[in-house]
Amino acid sequence: MLDLDCIAVHERLKDKFGEGASAADNGRLSVKPDRLTEVAAFLRDDPEFNFDYLNSVTGVDHKTHFSLIYRLTSLSRKQRLDFRVDLTDHDKPTAPSVTPVWRGADLQEREIYDLMGIEFTGHPNLKRILLWDGFPGYPLRKDWVDRDA
Amino acid sequence: MAIEPPRNFAYSDIELDAREGEIVESFLKSHQTAIPDPIDWLNAPPLASNVLLTSVDKVVNWSRHYSMWPVTFGLACCAIEMMCTAASRFDLARFGMEIFRASPRQADLMIVAGTLTWKMAPWLKRIYDQMPDPKWVLAMGSCGTSGGIFKGSYSVVPGFNKIVPIDVYVPGCPPRPEALLQAILDIHAKVDKMSPTRRAVEG
Repeated sequence: MLDLDCIAVHERLKDKFGEGASAADNGRLSVKPDRLTEVAAFLRDDPEFNFDYLNSVTGVDHKTHFSLIYRLTSLSRKQRLDFRVDLTDHDKPTAPSVTPVWRGADLQEREIYDLMGIEFTGHPNLKRILLWDGFPGYPLRKDWVDRDA
Repeated sequence: MAIEPPRNFAYSDIELDAREGEIVESFLKSHQTAIPDPIDWLNAPPLASNVLLTSVDKVVNWSRHYSMWPVTFGLACCAIEMMCTAASRFDLARFGMEIFRASPRQADLMIVAGTLTWKMAPWLKRIYDQMPDPKWVLAMGSCGTSGGIFKGSYSVVPGFNKIVPIDVYVPGCPPRPEALLQAILDIHAKVDKMSPTRRAVEG
């Protein structure tokens, strides 16, 4: 299993989508949220990448902003890629859903919405999955306080 | 001269059949007379020595005590320890409890083992309400007593006594099977103190 060099991937994405779609900083690839859907579709369909499997989507609360971390695996080409999507709006974080690209993102995005409150536009069924309807707040955020505390 | 085919087995099929025939025939010959029925129980002592006078309370408590059927309510890791208690090494069956019921209708002791989340709590209450009286509840593990290491979490009930009345608490994370057995013996002691013929007084 080969971990792709993010600089090379960034060069490919720059050729395809132009400057503003992605960035490679500190050896990590980050993608702009408004270009995420097309970048994801490109990573899945391009014969050189062919990332047909989404390992995980992870939400991270950085207190000033949110991040989403996507882990991709290409089962046919035996390679991996991680990239990051930074959501600058901490009050109402929204990101485009990658569920149309990888169906495996469905429940994971619902879980992130449930516990972190990041809205995924274009998700087919965005509602809470672990907690019940009417639960106050999003308990995995850093600034969340328990009702009983 | 014909070459014999290689033999795969010690006996050919024909030899095996002949052998079986011999066994059956000898068995048939040697079992022609009836074996006498065991009838010594008919000569049992008369009724007087089989009657025991006691109180209804004692009889009922005795029968409840020695045939307590637990309903399984394994929620988390403590359930593994509970299974271990019921398995061969610690052998819950020594105390008349080998039948773990999966149905609350036939059980009178609920061993709640594991972490109870708020999402599960209504169903715990429902299972408890479905159990026929008299019923006892055993809270197993730290989560049952206070929420354990998950106390203060957004999803965990801090102690089962928020949901159902608890008879015996078993501390430990998880409690060893010996601790669970001790708790069950405490429940038995509690049963022996009850008075089924009179309505239990609150408090």
